[in-house]
Amino acid sequence: MTSLPRDPGPVKLGLVIDLDICVGCHACAVNCKEWNTSGHSAPLTDSDPYGAEPSGVWFNRVHTFEVVSEDGDSRTVHFPKSCLHCEAAPCVTVCPTGASYKREEDGIVLVNAEACIGCKLCSWACPYGAREYDADAGVMKKCTLCVDKIYNENLDPRSRVPACVSTCPAGARHFGDLGDSDSEVSLLVAARGGYELMPEQGCQPVNRYLPPRPKQPAGDGGAAALQPAAADAAPPGLLARWVDRMLSR
Amino acid sequence: MHPARSVILFTTASGAGYGLLAWLGLLAALDLLPAWRWLGVAAFVLGLGLVVAGLLASTFHLGHPERAWRALSQWRSSWLSREGVAAVVTFLPVGVFAFSWVVVGQNSGAAALVGLLASLCSLATVICTAMIYASLRTIRAWASRWTLPGYIVLTALSGGVLLLALLRLWDLPLASGFGWAVLALLALAAAVKLLYWRDIAAERSGSTAESATGLGEHGRVRLLEAPHSESNYLMQEMGFRIARKHAARLRRLVLLLGFLAPFLLIALGQALPGIPALLAALASLPLVGFGLVVERWLFFAEAKHVVTLYYGESRA
Repeated sequence: MTSLPRDPGPVKLGLVIDLDICVGCHACAVNCKEWNTSGHSAPLTDSDPYGAEPSGVWFNRVHTFEVVSEDGDSRTVHFPKSCLHCEAAPCVTVCPTGASYKREEDGIVLVNAEACIGCKLCSWACPYGAREYDADAGVMKKCTLCVDKIYNENLDPRSRVPACVSTCPAGARHFGDLGDSDSEVSLLVAARGGYELMPEQGCQPVNRYLPPRPKQPAGDGGAAALQPAAADAAPPGLLARWVDRMLSR
Repeated sequence: MHPARSVILFTTASGAGYGLLAWLGLLAALDLLPAWRWLGVAAFVLGLGLVVAGLLASTFHLGHPERAWRALSQWRSSWLSREGVAAVVTFLPVGVFAFSWVVVGQNSGAAALVGLLASLCSLATVICTAMIYASLRTIRAWASRWTLPGYIVLTALSGGVLLLALLRLWDLPLASGFGWAVLALLALAAAVKLLYWRDIAAERSGSTAESATGLGEHGRVRLLEAPHSESNYLMQEMGFRIARKHAARLRRLVLLLGFLAPFLLIALGQALPGIPALLAALASLPLVGFGLVVERWLFFAEAKHVVTLYYGESRA
């Protein structure tokens, strides 16, 4: 059934990604690929992997943006992006076969590869580019929030988080229940002003992004702005004045 | 958006087929078409042939065509599923109507009612096709209010020029009156496409690189480094770009060859009935067909998906 759950449960599992901390190492993307290529939607097919035009299915990709403020100050923001497990997921409702579905119990959006006809319409409906077509298998694939890991009782409880979260060396990724306002992730979102991507698209994504913290102002322990060296004024210091006089001849 | 050949073929061919079937049903209901067997054979073979060819083409782009039947199940939420259901349902009244006309030799009375039903079902199928595109918020050009009228008018037009050729072939008295209707449709089609192009050129508040990243508060956002050195599915499927000058040239081609040239030919045919009118109607077929294929190619090529905001575009 590709209609969204009529009675979605209170649990909304999702990710909180801290753009202030992410260093853009791509470990989350690589570990995602590693775990999921033998997981629920395996394999994450690569075509021409060692050839001239390698290409393949990834559930998580790290983009890097430059943000330039009005006063010309710029910063680099590494921006990991995967499925946001939207509450009003358009990828689910457009699916003609019922292969795409949103789970009532935890809100995870999944694809049933047995029923997918590979029409690609879901990837057109997703504004975030969360779905990638596997031309080899002829079906659509997407982030499963590591549904085969987070409930896996064979794993140590600490490891029952998505692969991207457990591997992040900087601690920039958090996993939890965003439907519970007292959960650690919800408190983090409230404390840091976490936001959703493209709210104007009306998808109500569950995942949240934490904004980069403001830079410390110069002179307050922060990076001092460069002061231009005076071109004409006589430099202070005896030696500098002598050098200046010699060079000015 | 990547203009996939199969989808362009599907929407233009089946559109023309449904257009012809819709005209047959409507005009029979109005008691304007004689139940001549060979006219019926030609019209239904042409109409159903185009529809079936289009539907087959549409399955070519599926990863698993053998599972296509599953697409009939989600009509509650999915326009693609509704399109599939409508396409299958349409075969019923069309089949009964065709049987009644070609085998029984009857297209009025109860048969005309079935014809009218076939006409409505054909129209419903085309509306579902248009809504697949018009309902996607991620592609601003397709969400235009002129997408649906465009599909309806172009279906009526392509079916109309086919029927006009048949009417001229059998030299039916209806041909002259229907010729005027086709002329009006050609003008209407040009107007709707011009309105569509004006609508998609308008700068409206869409999504931006700033809203896509949520970093607008900090300043202007620009992609500094792509996530990978090579292309990927998203960039190939959604990142198709067409140079503005090429788009402008192709639009002119649609207007001149697809609409204006057939308009002049058919207008000439109105003035010179008989063989010249038949030749004009036949000559307008490939012109309208070519115009529609280019128009449909542009419909995809000019549509920008918001996911491109993550790959270097600043507004979509």
